[in-house]
Amino acid sequence: MRHDHLITAKQLSREDIEEVLDRAAEIDADPAAFGDRHADTVLGLCFYEPSTRTKMSFETAIKRLGGDSVDMGTVESSSVKKGESLADTARVVAGYADALVLRHPSEGAAKMVGDFVDVPLLNAGDGAGHHPTQTLLDLYTIRENAGLDDLTIGIMGDLKYGRTVHSLAHALTNFDARQHFVSPESLKLPRSVRYDLHESGANVREHTDLDDVLPELDVLYVTRIQRERFPDENEYHAIAGEYGIDLETLEDASDDLTVMHPLPRVDEIASEVDDTEYAAYFEQAHNGVPVRMALLDLMMEGQQ
Amino acid sequence: MSDHELRVSKIRNGTVIDHIRAGQALNVLAILGIDGTGGETVSVGINVPSDRMHHKDIVKVEGKELSQDEVDVLSLVAPEATINIIREYEVAEKQHLERPDRVVGVLSCPNHNCITNADEPVETKFEVLDDGVRCEYCETILRDSIAAHIAVE
Ligand SMILES: [Zn+2]
Repeated sequence: MRHDHLITAKQLSREDIEEVLDRAAEIDADPAAFGDRHADTVLGLCFYEPSTRTKMSFETAIKRLGGDSVDMGTVESSSVKKGESLADTARVVAGYADALVLRHPSEGAAKMVGDFVDVPLLNAGDGAGHHPTQTLLDLYTIRENAGLDDLTIGIMGDLKYGRTVHSLAHALTNFDARQHFVSPESLKLPRSVRYDLHESGANVREHTDLDDVLPELDVLYVTRIQRERFPDENEYHAIAGEYGIDLETLEDASDDLTVMHPLPRVDEIASEVDDTEYAAYFEQAHNGVPVRMALLDLMMEGQQ
Repeated sequence: MSDHELRVSKIRNGTVIDHIRAGQALNVLAILGIDGTGGETVSVGINVPSDRMHHKDIVKVEGKELSQDEVDVLSLVAPEATINIIREYEVAEKQHLERPDRVVGVLSCPNHNCITNADEPVETKFEVLDDGVRCEYCETILRDSIAAHIAVE
């Protein structure tokens, strides 16, 4: 990896992505071999919004590499509450740590912090913007289950606000992937994302009905439609029901279909799907650790 | 000089921004940060009849020459404008409008959730696209309403 910071999946070339996924596969095969790789490394965690799962995953990753983490704590308990800017807080924490992980509610936060700190920075989500480590674990899961080339993927749900979807769509433009986006009209891909996909020559189609594409899919990536996106409760329930899946929905799917979800789910995927061969979402969550280990390993390696 | 153009008086030293699309003169003043408090003598013609454009706006600023940054941003709002630098009543220099690759610190991002709107020590940066500008932080694309997002100090 030639990058000092990981801000967006867009900065990653196919070679970068494959390097991370290959390293993750090595780690997955023999985690113990990496157990003291980064014994003196301290990872600084700056989470400006609660995301327990992502934070735990980073903490686990650095501990499995032999290192440790420091955590700025909740926003309520820290200097942020006293009005300190993000730029200042990040510089202070960067003084304690060998690398930083940032989660922040404002779009562009990681890009800005990257200009202020000289330790590697990993963006763990900036508002509705990017979440590149989620993307890498998604790609890893897709590669393990269906392969990344000659891939037909359906991405369904909240495509307007869902940042995991935007990052994944960008990253897939590096591969021979046909992308089908399935959403209600009001939650279609935003203009800026469509613009980028278009610019990179992506093979993209948009649909409002999953039935139009389900039989040809290798992977179906389901995301949550959030209640707060709809002013009207009834409208939410109608839409959410239409874009959820159960065993009946999957009757038309290929036997090899892989169903993914960034979790947590509410009821987009009925629990009856969990025990089928389709379900890969718990494996996907598990992959967060080896993929983040691989990323930290490569980024720290690049600093030496 | 035609009778029409005499509606706005000649200046001795300064800048004449001519052939501004009708209705954009006040946006041009906003870009230049001219609100009268600087003490410059400013003449503004709005909806002036023009042979070339039917109607146009024109701005004359006494005692001010435009910087390249200011010219760059003008090009986004008034791409067809012409800029003449006047010294001793003569046109000393013509500046051409070329679209810049990026605009730094002049526009504000329309996305309220963008880090550039969060009281952080960061200037806005916009990449200039064929048909708009795009925030380099949050990637929001601004197409039709660039003038409305000029950050006025
Ligand atoms: Zn922005």
